[in-house]
Amino acid sequence: MSGAGDARLVELEPALAFIEDGAMLAVPADYAGVAMAATRALIRRGVRGLHLVTVPAASLQADLLIGAGAVAVIETSAVGFGELGAAPRFSAAVRAGTVAIKDATCPAIHAALRASEMGNPFAVLRGIIGSDLLAQRPDWKVIDNPFPPHDPIVALPAIRPDVALFHAPMADRLGNVWVGRRRDLFTLAHASAKSVATVERLYDGNLLLDETLAAATIPAFYIAAVALAPRGAWPMRLGSDYPEDTAHLREYLALAASEEGFRRYLDQYVHTRRAA
Amino acid sequence: MPPERDIRAEEVLIEVVRRLIAGARHVAVGANSPIPAAAGFLAQLLSGGTPLVSLQQSPEHNLWTDGGRELFDAAGQGRIDVFFFSGAEIDGAGNINLVAIGDYARPKVRFAGSYGSAYLYFTVPRIILFRTEHSRRTLVEKVSFISAPGTSPPGVWRRGGPIALVTPLCLFGFDKERARFRLDSVHPGHSIEEVRDNTGFAFDLPEQVPATALPDPAVLALLRQEVARELAKIYPNFAATVFGMER
Repeated sequence: MSGAGDARLVELEPALAFIEDGAMLAVPADYAGVAMAATRALIRRGVRGLHLVTVPAASLQADLLIGAGAVAVIETSAVGFGELGAAPRFSAAVRAGTVAIKDATCPAIHAALRASEMGNPFAVLRGIIGSDLLAQRPDWKVIDNPFPPHDPIVALPAIRPDVALFHAPMADRLGNVWVGRRRDLFTLAHASAKSVATVERLYDGNLLLDETLAAATIPAFYIAAVALAPRGAWPMRLGSDYPEDTAHLREYLALAASEEGFRRYLDQYVHTRRAA
Repeated sequence: MPPERDIRAEEVLIEVVRRLIAGARHVAVGANSPIPAAAGFLAQLLSGGTPLVSLQQSPEHNLWTDGGRELFDAAGQGRIDVFFFSGAEIDGAGNINLVAIGDYARPKVRFAGSYGSAYLYFTVPRIILFRTEHSRRTLVEKVSFISAPGTSPPGVWRRGGPIALVTPLCLFGFDKERARFRLDSVHPGHSIEEVRDNTGFAFDLPEQVPATALPDPAVLALLRQEVARELAKIYPNFAATVFGMER
């Protein structure tokens, strides 16, 4: 059933050809494997008009893409750097109105992807009623629970991304991708029309034939392309492989506080390829 | 064991949170929350195991195996008893704002976003609000944007909501029937006047407002030793500042 086999294992740039201008692109949160080397390559290519869906929140990846002018719409529960501070280019773009925002809440994004994964038109979710999120999301509807007690409940349309992009510890040459306990990536891959993965290393053999590895492996038929990208999540962390480079994030935040500083960051870390 | 030094403000807050989570089976703590995490560990040590404390950002301190969604699924089922939220703004009706100040479409200030608040505020029985800046800028009459509403009208399903607001000055309890905060205690070194001067919303003021209860010496010793050691693995800066742990 391996199908294309080696054909899925390609260089980074051809892998990213699956992400076209204007695509709805879904990406995981910082804890689940952010494809940062791929993100820098997309910016070098000059990708435009993305509808970026963060699953469910984001930090550097979204801020970089927005600052580089690659994002038309962002659908997110939050873009921020936690205790390090606010996301400067995201905040500036929202204030200036140069990016359209679809504010969500974390479980709404998970639920809408799960609807897509099941082939359902919508998901329902508790809570949200009485929040101003509802007023800003005309695509979210309050419906009556068809079962007793017939109480109001929020219906969320399924999110069907064109492409999911993530970074994982390893893949085999057949295109099966091992993601460990980062189960969000399964939902992401199942819900999206296709997935592009970058990985730290290659696994010799077939991941699906090892009982302990198979259950944490996304089968190749969801994966359009895999590219090898050692330290491909840097400066974000990757599971137990490496920690977040907090000093770099602080440097980013200091530079990206201004438009000029952000351009300098791009020149130094994105356009030079030294970090990719 | 008597305390070797004066009690720090952070230690008072940890004791406040420890009392608020009494009896909980499962306390979940979001990122960057050393005080709630310390309170959870302390409660766990004192009771010999409960509550389960899940720290979202530390794989060594949670048991999740089903991705980011598992917290929300567990909360939806009623498996999470306590969660913590802050707000760029918190208003007198318990509404929190994590989104923006000013007009939503062209905000004056834009924050990260609502995270899981619009859902967990309904599904988790005890939400503890935590704000490290007690000012009229943060504790307001009415929030600019409601990320999650403090109360809901009858007929809307709701298991939980805010029960308290903890600040560096005081502890407010929340009366959900009246959608209003009540001053429950004032921390040592602060006064009711100071609370009133720095709070932008109206709140109930009982005739007697006690001083916030301090941890007893045995609890304090546990906090400064076992809890401090565990905390240092996750929040080295906080543990160094508050407990003098080596980095």
